[in-house]
Parts: sequence; structure tokens; C-alpha cells
Amino acid sequence: MTKDECKKVVLDIIADIAPDEDLSNVKPDVRLRDQLQLDSMDFLDIVMELRKRHGIEVPEADYMQLASLDSCAEYLTPKFNALAAKG
Amino acid sequence: MKSYQPSRIVITGVGLTAPNGNSLPEFRRNLLDGVAGVERIDVRYMGQQLAGVCHYDPLKYQKKKEVRVGTRAGSIAIYCAREALADSKVAFDALPKDRIGIYIGCTEHGNVETENEVHNISKFNYDTKFWSHYHNPRTVANNPAGETSLNLGITGPAYTIGAACAAGNLGLIHASQMLRLGEVDFAICGGVSESIHTFGIFAGFKSQNALATHEDPKKASRPFDKARNGIVISEGGCLYTLERLEDALARSAKIYGEIAGYHVNSDASDYVLPNPVRQAECVQSALRRAGLAASDIHIVNTHATATPLGDIQECEAIRSVFGTGCPDTHINNTKSFIGHAMGAAGALELAGNLPSFDDLTVHASINVDDLDPACALPGLVLNQPRKVAKVDTILNNSFGMLGINSTLIVRRFVP
Repeated sequence: MTKDECKKVVLDIIADIAPDEDLSNVKPDVRLRDQLQLDSMDFLDIVMELRKRHGIEVPEADYMQLASLDSCAEYLTPKFNALAAKG
Repeated sequence: MKSYQPSRIVITGVGLTAPNGNSLPEFRRNLLDGVAGVERIDVRYMGQQLAGVCHYDPLKYQKKKEVRVGTRAGSIAIYCAREALADSKVAFDALPKDRIGIYIGCTEHGNVETENEVHNISKFNYDTKFWSHYHNPRTVANNPAGETSLNLGITGPAYTIGAACAAGNLGLIHASQMLRLGEVDFAICGGVSESIHTFGIFAGFKSQNALATHEDPKKASRPFDKARNGIVISEGGCLYTLERLEDALARSAKIYGEIAGYHVNSDASDYVLPNPVRQAECVQSALRRAGLAASDIHIVNTHATATPLGDIQECEAIRSVFGTGCPDTHINNTKSFIGHAMGAAGALELAGNLPSFDDLTVHASINVDDLDPACALPGLVLNQPRKVAKVDTILNNSFGMLGINSTLIVRRFVP
């Protein structure tokens, strides 16, 4: 998985948990909370959907890694690839 | 010394969603036209069942995210509250939000959300790390009132009242009390139900042999008919705006009617079986508190749910109060159109009758092809609405499991 593909995975999840938001111009280097109406429960939703849909675990200590699309991609892409490598 | 005179409480707005209407005018028109609102739905683990389903637009007053995060009961409550406020024509923005109370009756809350979560984790080998973090805010008993306060920015007291299927009446009664006590200056009150989304309610009634079946869904809810065979479970909601009379008059509000009297009591005799003696006592006490005789009541809206025994017992209670000496008393039933909307039932059924003050017409009990002699009360309005000479009073019965009984009397407003 590329980092761009990883960002799309995250955006697809956000589209479901924040269906009123316009996601067409999300800036990857800006904190998601600074450009979208997302609260702490929504971030728990992102964590839950990563777990449910993709088997990815994000420990609480790493939640801050989900701050922006760029940081999501940095943090999650290796996890997705490690999971894929496991088969 | 001047004796204490409690404030007169009046109804100034109605918002509702029923299986056969999403506003009072639409609901009323369908009650007069004999249009029922029961259909088949798929119930988890049980397959096709009969139910009353509401078809309001949740997105009229909620964002998509609110609908996703919240509950069906919360959504119904928000819809009804917003509709009632609009109907009341109160200048809502100018009202002090900490002086508004939200009092919503519920039969149950949390079954739907819990069943959904258990179903969800069943797909993950019952691993509870897949259990939603929304479970607790969704299942707290005050959820529908809390969601309404969030949606409207109301900071006064907002809570639910658990009173089984008497809960709709209890919402109005409690709001009247809070207005009289001066706890709030404006109340949003009534009842809501999301019960068609929990298989447990269906399965429970089925295990009691109390779940209606019929090849034609619209004929399934048939109180007083010999062939009745149980309850049609429905969702729905009906919330009212209540105000002290002087406040309503000061803003020239339309007044639907005045709370004339009420009573709530308990059977203390059985988990599920009604007690006609206690029901009759409840009705008698409400009459006494309203300063009315039985013969002063023009419409009795029955609770009857179409169970074989329950209908007979309520008729026994009504017969003992009204006897044969009340020629101006007409008796009907709204569940024959919409099924049993549980916590919303009392509030919806009252609303369906309020327009009678204006049109002098009593809506019928439909689906009575063969009247059960044990239910043959004088004044029963069957299958066709009845034009009458006078409607100044409506008495609304709502009873519930564990033996809670409620009677609410509303009278035509006369200054």
C-alpha cells in the first residue's frame, strides 16, 4: 500500500463517520480537527473502523499519530504493509 | 386567607410522527378516513412481522451525523419537538433555554442499541473490543430527552419518564406538575418509542401469545373484535408544548385544550395482567380531580391493545365508571389504526382526538367486524367516525405493565 492509498482508506472512513463534511479539499498537512467537525468520539470511530475493516490496531498512546492525513499515512502505511506481508 | 389555586395548564403545540401521519392534520385526516398504518417488516431472528413504521424525514431537523450517532428514539423525539415548537409559534430564540423542560415518556430504552451491539460483536467472535463507544450515551434511559436538548440547545431539565405503556400520558402529567411548581416556564412533553427495532419486544409478546397476526397488515390491530389476537407493535412519537395559561394568553397562542385533571395509580397485583378495579379507580380519581362527573366526558379514548383479556378488562373498568347513564359519552380506540406505539401511545392517541373540539367528530375504532359482546360498551364508535353534538372533554386512558395506570382529561379551552 502506498501512502496515498492509505490516505484514501482514512478518508473513506471519515466519509462514513462524518457524512455531513465536504472532504473534497482536505489538506493533508493540516490537523483534521482544524478543518473538519470531528470530536474525540469521532477519532475513536476512526480507530474502531480501522480495527473492524482492516484489522489494524492503534494503541491509545498512538492516537496523536492520527492528527492529519499525512501523519495517518506515515503511521498507518507500515502497519497495512506489515499486515499484508503476513498474508 | 386566599386558597391555593394551581395554574391552569394549556396545550399550545403538537408535533408527531405516527405510522399513518407525520403531522397532526395528516394523522387526523387518516383517522377520519379509516387509513391504518401497519405493514410487514423484517425483524432480526424472527423474519416478517407486522409493525407500525413511521416515515418522517429525520434529516428535516438533524444532520446525518446526528442520525448516525444517535438513536431512533432520539431522532423521533427531535422531530416531534421541533414540529411542536413550530406549531406553537412560540418565539423560541427569545425563550430562556434554562427555563424550558423536556419530559418524555418511554416504555423502554436501550434494548435496540444493546441488541445491535451484541449482533455486531457476534460477527467478531464476541470480542468486546468491537463494542461501540457510543453504547452508553445511546442506552442511558434519558437518551431521547438528552438528544432533544442537544439538538435544540435547551439547558433546562431534560429527562425521560419510564412508565411502560402509560408513559405518554405521564410525560404530559409530569410537565403540568413542573409548570405548576414553577420549575420551568415552558415544557416539551409526551412520549416516544423505537420499539419496532428490537426483536426482544416482538419475541416477548410472541412468547406471551400476545403478538397480532393477520394476512392483511392493516386489519391486524383490532381491539374489541371477536377475532382479535394480540398487539401490533409500533414506533412513533408525539410531543406537546405546554404552558401556563397566562403565558399562552400573553403571546396570543393557539390553545388546543386545557389539562383538566389526571391520575396515576398502580395495580399492585400482577406483572402483566391488568386490574380493572384499579383502572376504574384511576379513571374515577381523574374525574374527581377534574371536578367532572362521568357523564361530563364526551370522548373516552381507550388503551385497549387487542389482547383477548386486556380489552375485556378495560371495558369492565369503563363500564363500572360510565355504566349506561352517559348518553353523551363516545368511546373509541386509536391503536386500531396505528398499533401500539408503546411509550408514545398515550400522547399520540390524545393528539388524534384533540381536533374533535373543533370538528365535533369522534374518530372510530376500525377493524371491528364482529364485536365481542364482552366489549359492547354503550357509546362505542365503530368503523365509521361519528358526528356529535358536543365535544368539550376528552378522557385518555393509558395503562402499562407492572400495573401502572394513567388517565388524563383534557377539556375545551374556555377563558
